[in-house]
Amino acid sequence: MLEVKGIDTFYGNIQALRDVSLRVDDGEIVTLIGANGAGKSTTLMTICGINRPRKGEILWNGTPIHNLPPNEIVKLGISQVPEGRLIFPDLSVRENLDLGAFLRKDKQGIKEDMDYVFDLFPILAQRRKQAGGTLSGGEQQMLAISRALMGRPKLLLLDEPSLGLAPIIIQQIFKIIQKVNADGTTVFLVEQNANQALRIAHRGYVMENGRIVMSDAAAKLLESSDIRAAYLGM
Amino acid sequence: MDVQYFIELFFSGLTRGSIYALIALGYTLVYGIIELINFAHGEIYMLGAFTALLVAGVLGIMGFPAGGILVVAALAAIIWSAAYGFTLEKVAYKPLRGAPRLSPLISAIGMSIFLQNYVLLAQTSEYLPFPRLLPDMEFLDYIDNIMGPSDFLILVCSMLAMVALTIFIRYTKMGKAMRATAQNRKMALLLGINADRIISLTFIVGSSLAALGGVLIASHMGQVNFSIGFLAGLKAFTAAVLGGIGSIPGAVVGGLVLGIAESFTTGYLSGNYEDALAFALLIFILIFRPDGILGKAKVQKV
Repeated sequence: MLEVKGIDTFYGNIQALRDVSLRVDDGEIVTLIGANGAGKSTTLMTICGINRPRKGEILWNGTPIHNLPPNEIVKLGISQVPEGRLIFPDLSVRENLDLGAFLRKDKQGIKEDMDYVFDLFPILAQRRKQAGGTLSGGEQQMLAISRALMGRPKLLLLDEPSLGLAPIIIQQIFKIIQKVNADGTTVFLVEQNANQALRIAHRGYVMENGRIVMSDAAAKLLESSDIRAAYLGM
Repeated sequence: MDVQYFIELFFSGLTRGSIYALIALGYTLVYGIIELINFAHGEIYMLGAFTALLVAGVLGIMGFPAGGILVVAALAAIIWSAAYGFTLEKVAYKPLRGAPRLSPLISAIGMSIFLQNYVLLAQTSEYLPFPRLLPDMEFLDYIDNIMGPSDFLILVCSMLAMVALTIFIRYTKMGKAMRATAQNRKMALLLGINADRIISLTFIVGSSLAALGGVLIASHMGQVNFSIGFLAGLKAFTAAVLGGIGSIPGAVVGGLVLGIAESFTTGYLSGNYEDALAFALLIFILIFRPDGILGKAKVQKV
């Protein structure tokens, strides 16, 4: 479905990604784990066309997309829930969701998806008239995921959905991610919370200093002694 | 104190303030999206007044009725100025996106000087008379010492324009996309909103409002000159800052407050002090309440 082949991404003269290659297949949950500053978010922003790779290519079902503008990439069915959620603070919950469906014209489908996300997160239905900025951190994360789902993506990119949330909320969010995946959306999950991420993922990649240093089935990574020492504190 | 005189001053301030508000909206919309003070905005207003003058002149020779001429001239001015605003952004600001903030500001001042001189050369430095196109409004007769037909027209048109803008911003898809882009451009991009288009749209909307202001003031004052955009632009900028730059209701409130304050200064002190008052107000607000009357204090996260 998505194939990243040998990309280098720079911020000015600083190289953030070095020869990054990875693959996400239809129906999977794939996770990318690594420490702060390893280049995980940059990888997502490069996939979405916000940053341009200087080298390498990104293929979507075989066609290159790394030269497309961000709106064309969203149109293909790739939605991102960025780090820090980036809720529009002065827009209502409802308006935030409406904008998730900005590129869509099928009124009926939009309504169905609105019902679907309100079903996933009933609290959002209660708060639909409230300004996004007044929600709690967990609610904002729910809203950010819902907003991305309103684009009816084929591939959902999630950047650290567990960041700064209480353990019980994290549990809930990860359950929802699994449900969304079971309902047919492919998921690419970037996390520092390696333990949680590897538990729900099928496969995983490990990133260090802008490079992919390991990749395997999630269950194997979870058992690997290197990973346990470096990321799980065991 | 003479109540009649007070009311007269109040309404003349309201008229003047609505024009400031119409122009201030353009400043505030653009600032909201790209954090640029578009100093060429006053020139767009002046171009609107000139376009209306030219179109009205031609239609007048062809013998159209006055009311119809005014409507057509206003529409032509709005479309033409919107095209100028659109082009201005593409030529002078878009290439500088990502440059330090001072660069587009200097570019804006440059465009302002260029447009003034362009009109000076292409037209004239004289004050040109703007034809009297407004019909007599009989229902205004019993308040004719408070409000003339052109004051009435200014109030009604600017009110309608502001209501239309509010509906557009609040309820339409593009309006929501505009607010989203203003609040977080990166996230807007991630949702597939084409930020370049939204920026162009902002310039088009802002310029249309300024052009409407230009036509209204030209028919109110009865004359047009290439330099009218400069002072009007500065005053409207003051109004936008007064109300809180980036805030749409702020621009309206700032415009009205400034207009009424100027009108009272002229009426009770002297007309010589009205500009001084406007800019004193600007300095005062920048010192004591830099976020403006309705602006929100920005919390900067470290």
